[in-house]
Amino acid sequence: MDRLEKDILALIAEDSRLTAKKIAAMLAAEEKLVAEKISALEKSGIIVKYTAILNTDSIEEESVEALIEVKVTPQRGHGFDMIAGEIAAHDEVKNLYLMSGAYDLAVIVQGKSLRSVSRFVSEKISTYDTVISTATHFILKKYKVEGAVMYKAGVPERISIQP
Amino acid sequence: MRNFVNKRAASLQPSGIRKFFDIVSKMEGAISLGVGEPDFVTPWNIRDKAIRSLQRGYTQYTGNRGLPELCSLISRYIKERFGVEYPPENTIVTVGASEAIDLALRAVCDVGDEILIPEPSYVSYAPAVTLAGGAPVPVICSAENKFILTPERLESAITPKTKALILAYPNNPTGAIMTKAQLEAIIPVIEKHDLLVISDEIYAELTYTGTHVSIASLGDMRGRTVLINGFSKAFAMTGWRVGFVCAPPEIDAAMLKIHQYTILCAPQTGQRAAVCALKEGLADGFSTVEDMRAEYNRRGRFLVNAFNSLGLDCFQPEGAFYVFPSVEKTGMNGESFANELLRRYKVAVVPGSAFGAAGEKHVRCSYATSMRNLTAAIERISDFTEEIKSRI
Repeated sequence: MDRLEKDILALIAEDSRLTAKKIAAMLAAEEKLVAEKISALEKSGIIVKYTAILNTDSIEEESVEALIEVKVTPQRGHGFDMIAGEIAAHDEVKNLYLMSGAYDLAVIVQGKSLRSVSRFVSEKISTYDTVISTATHFILKKYKVEGAVMYKAGVPERISIQP
Repeated sequence: MRNFVNKRAASLQPSGIRKFFDIVSKMEGAISLGVGEPDFVTPWNIRDKAIRSLQRGYTQYTGNRGLPELCSLISRYIKERFGVEYPPENTIVTVGASEAIDLALRAVCDVGDEILIPEPSYVSYAPAVTLAGGAPVPVICSAENKFILTPERLESAITPKTKALILAYPNNPTGAIMTKAQLEAIIPVIEKHDLLVISDEIYAELTYTGTHVSIASLGDMRGRTVLINGFSKAFAMTGWRVGFVCAPPEIDAAMLKIHQYTILCAPQTGQRAAVCALKEGLADGFSTVEDMRAEYNRRGRFLVNAFNSLGLDCFQPEGAFYVFPSVEKTGMNGESFANELLRRYKVAVVPGSAFGAAGEKHVRCSYATSMRNLTAAIERISDFTEEIKSRI
């Protein structure tokens, strides 16, 4: 990956709404080249998806998220991939990571209520043959998500006009 | 009761920026491109060291010059970064580069001495010269020349009373720099008339087309240059008030006397923070400064590109974090443009006239603010320029 591609990715990761034109201006590059690079990065799957980070606390509709620590028995020939793939296929699963340490899979689930998340875990996750145990932790408050601060608590103000 | 205010203080004009500040601070939802300090907070490791020094009780006066460790590090810093040689014993740690400017002028100006100030210039130089008893003399630099000081302009401003020249590159408000060749071109004029150079290099770390060149590193200029720099812009330490000044021995001695009697010493906490900034920077190649610089560069390019496409001509700033577009094509001058832009579109830019008559047709826009603010500001400015076009 060349310097330009790295810089483009850094900018897009920070703000996915930047147009190729703006990115080109910021990086002193040709707009056409930047557009081509972005296209190539999308095709190759390096850029997977463009999305927005929402502050769900401020949204009227209730939603509940939980982090579930899942212990599994890895399967011969498949390792963890098979079970991870099956769990990830559920729409309720927002994030799924293979972890080092005391448990194997960190699964972040979003549901309408405490009850619906608990039911999802007990009916859909715990029931897999290869799942040994689960430990569910409910997310109470999000302070920072993917680098975006959710609560602007006490950020010092700058004087607006200075020599 | 009689009026107790002296003539000199009474004669100082209040900053042209003050009025603007009063309006902006009362306005809801205004985007300010009028800031003059980084939008980065001082790096955590520096703050941490300072906090620890307070916890351990380092709250006393330091020696007048400043912590010996800091003076040594400064000497090393300017040598390694800019090839400039001043020993720690000719370095004074000051309360910001602002104090350094004041010290230099108070050590050097006799009543009637003319001090040349290239314009457009930072708002403090002329008042500081007046306060020191000297006579500020503007030297107009032109946009066609990218606001550098040319030997011809310099020569034409010199009289038998001229004593010193203030050089401020990279420049606030224009974003101009002077290259090695351009500095070498004015040296013969400086030497011919035996002038002192007071070089304010506070933006030295923020250059975008190559490393900053200090005039003190060229030829024999070290013996006739007072070098001013500090930690405010490079390390986002504006509120700490730590700067420094390096000078030839006699001037250094004179400045030290003034500093001793008026300030005593720069804040110890700030000095401890500065020590950390330099120690870690020298060890890791100033990587945090590099990251800030790269970010400013991107924003600057974005802004210049945007202004030029709106018909507000400006050249790519090569240093500092300001662009200085001309609003001439709108038919307005900088002040009326800025006033209307603020009142009707809630974007604050600083009228160029605040920086001298040479800035009259310009406005200064800072890019020391987030891309989000810059983008939104450009959209509003674009609406404004569109509307102006439809009036004509």
